Amino acid sequence: MFDGLGNRLDSVLTRIKGKSRLSPADVDEALVEIRAALLEADVALSVTNNFVERIRSVAVGVAASRSLTPGQQIVKAVDAELVRVLGGESLKISYASKPPTIFLLAGLQGAGKTTTAAKLALHFRRNGRSPLLVAADLQRPAAVEQLRTLGERASVPVFSQPTDPVSVAKAGIDEARRVGRDIVIIDTAGRLAIDESLMAEISSISNAVQPNYTFLVIDAMIGQDAVNTAKAFNETLSLDGVIMTKLDGDARGGAALSVKEVVGKPIAFGSTGEKLEDFDTFYPERMASRILGMGDVLTLIEQAERTLDEEVTKKGASRMMEGRFDLDDFLEQLRQVKKMGPLKGIMGMLPGVPKELKDVDIDDKEINRIEAIISSMTIDERRNPKLIDGSRRQRIASGSGVQSHQVTGLLKQFTEMQKVMKQMGIGPASATRRHKAKSNARKGRRNKR
Amino acid sequence: MGSYSGWIMHLLFLVLVYLIAVLVVAAGGVYISRQRRSRLSTSSKKVMPAPPGTLTARGGEDEKAASVVTEQAPVDNLASVVSSDVEEREPPKSLSAGLSKTRGVIGAALSRMKLRGGLSEEFWSELEETLILGDIGLEISRDLVSKTRDAFRQTGLNSSVEAIDLLRRQMLADLEGKERSLTLFGEAPNLVLLVGVNGVGKTTTIGKLANYLTSRGSSVILAAGDTFRAAASEQLEQWANAANVEIVKGSSGGDPASVIFDAASRAKAIGADVVIADTAGRLQTSSNLMGELAKIHRVAQKAPGTLSEVLLVVDATTGQNGLSQAKSFSQAAQTTGVVLTKLDGSAKGGIAFAIERELGIPIKFVGTGEKMGDLVPFDPATFVDEICG
Repeated sequence: MFDGLGNRLDSVLTRIKGKSRLSPADVDEALVEIRAALLEADVALSVTNNFVERIRSVAVGVAASRSLTPGQQIVKAVDAELVRVLGGESLKISYASKPPTIFLLAGLQGAGKTTTAAKLALHFRRNGRSPLLVAADLQRPAAVEQLRTLGERASVPVFSQPTDPVSVAKAGIDEARRVGRDIVIIDTAGRLAIDESLMAEISSISNAVQPNYTFLVIDAMIGQDAVNTAKAFNETLSLDGVIMTKLDGDARGGAALSVKEVVGKPIAFGSTGEKLEDFDTFYPERMASRILGMGDVLTLIEQAERTLDEEVTKKGASRMMEGRFDLDDFLEQLRQVKKMGPLKGIMGMLPGVPKELKDVDIDDKEINRIEAIISSMTIDERRNPKLIDGSRRQRIASGSGVQSHQVTGLLKQFTEMQKVMKQMGIGPASATRRHKAKSNARKGRRNKR
Repeated sequence: MGSYSGWIMHLLFLVLVYLIAVLVVAAGGVYISRQRRSRLSTSSKKVMPAPPGTLTARGGEDEKAASVVTEQAPVDNLASVVSSDVEEREPPKSLSAGLSKTRGVIGAALSRMKLRGGLSEEFWSELEETLILGDIGLEISRDLVSKTRDAFRQTGLNSSVEAIDLLRRQMLADLEGKERSLTLFGEAPNLVLLVGVNGVGKTTTIGKLANYLTSRGSSVILAAGDTFRAAASEQLEQWANAANVEIVKGSSGGDPASVIFDAASRAKAIGADVVIADTAGRLQTSSNLMGELAKIHRVAQKAPGTLSEVLLVVDATTGQNGLSQAKSFSQAAQTTGVVLTKLDGSAKGGIAFAIERELGIPIKFVGTGEKMGDLVPFDPATFVDEICG
């Protein structure tokens, strides 16, 4: 939807590339773009304005350095600053010497507290702890049933009673002591930060149970209101950390920055899907690239490392470098990509993919078809597609259950791709100064090896 | 069919090649650089984030292939679409180019300068910031303020109160002439489908909507179409009891489309006027779940009666992602209106303005609390007043 900061700055700064150095006006223009990128990512206005001011000196420095790639340098600086702000101290859970360790979850309606409670419970259970979930949301219809169902899925017991939230929370702690659970996670009703009576209520829950950790659960899609909410909850409860939910959507998640700035406490966990396992430690680097619209390459690589066969990938890489990537290699890599799950999800994580390409509705069945076509070729045909004449094409088509023109289409596409890759294998076809400099450096390095 | 599937194939191939290239390069690059590092017997395993812009430039060799990828896009005609998109992103032309550059914090020095119109640069950027704080979005905020500014100069007004009033009228004009009431005039039963991302308040809205319609004399049946979320149908059932309407439920994890179809059949049989159908919350990025929604929509169209409304429920705290939600949900299920929930909080819900202005989907109702009566028809004037602070 929105351009990433990289694209934004590039389009501003390419216009002035010819100049030997950036003028103060150019710097201002770059800062305007940085501000726009942050606002479009839903970073709160006040936080954005402070952030941009901090970047100013960096940008001025870059301008003075006569860099050939001022855009990239500024983006790098912004990224680094984001990571610095988002990161800082990470939260290390220290368990209470006298169990149970008590966790209190608070947040707005619909932020995902109940699901998060169950995810957190599963997280602790998997770390060898024995958690107890306490359902203190007696307000929303069926919230207790929801937590019970989720608790069952996580194999974690759920405690509740139809009294009032403060009593339930207190009784839950007693119950944990009685049955010997060493972690208690208290789910509370969603409440608006401006609802005084409900804020007073959660304050009395907190006073009654004296939690070791109080987490604000916040939706990654939240906009400018994030600061107000975070501020109010922090003032009422003195938060220990934040849990961000719905990170599997395409929200840029600028709220992470706003909340971190206001609360000054770490973002402890991130929730990335509807399954209870989709819950992970929060990674500031990833959040930074996400806010700047640069794709989540690290997650992608991690996923790739988990699912891809190292040998096969390496082979593919070297064949590609040598410009000898044939249909057989293609098939092999295609099967690897398939293992990583639906294409659309993978595409979303890639940086620099044009929006139009990301929006294309990709039917994974088409991939199966391509796989079938190539599988119906002999090894010789895959290595040398020129062998494929009319009758071979007919055989391949009927072997894979497609029309013969589809086989032709695939071959044509592949030849085109090969052409492009070959060009690249020899040297960049339309290199800008930047690319050329890089490739020269690379050639030097390669010669040394 | 031939040319169509050829086109799809072309596109798919491009996507695949792109992916494979990037993956091979990214993953291969990591392995290679790891090997190299282990050869150098360095212990650090940390992979640095990629420098932005270059795709996955880590290690050495992969940079070249990364540029392969970058330059592959132009092979396809998509490239032209992309570049024209970039051109459109010129800053809005307002006042003089020189002044627009100095907006916001950048023009701190200039901002105190009085303009001939009588209002300072600071005033206008504060006005813009007010809109941004309401989640209207940067571009629309800029556009609204620049239009207001032009109008302000032309009319020769000179007070800030008048300027804010101009902005109000500007915004009201954007919200004018839309059908905001529910159009439940088809052959009964009229089906109202509620869709949206997780946690926006679909189920609660249905409870309140059921009450709203029954208190106006309609007979209503609820369809518990959220068969995914734990206890969603129990939650809806409690609302059904409170609103004293019938509910049709399926089994947990069952097929949502058939629950909705059953409810429509039931409504037809007993002569009910309206079926309000719940659906599971889904993020618009999940293609499987959006596919499921498209199916629900298709089935709802074929169900007895008329599919009259598809309401997108939007949480007032939502930021700019709301536009992406509205686009995707409209694509999958042809949304006919927006219900803006949680407007009783400190969030202003400006994203709904953006959705209506950009996509033409009218805001129909607003939710203002957790009680049965906390759902009211949308009133543009109140809404705009709130946003303008």
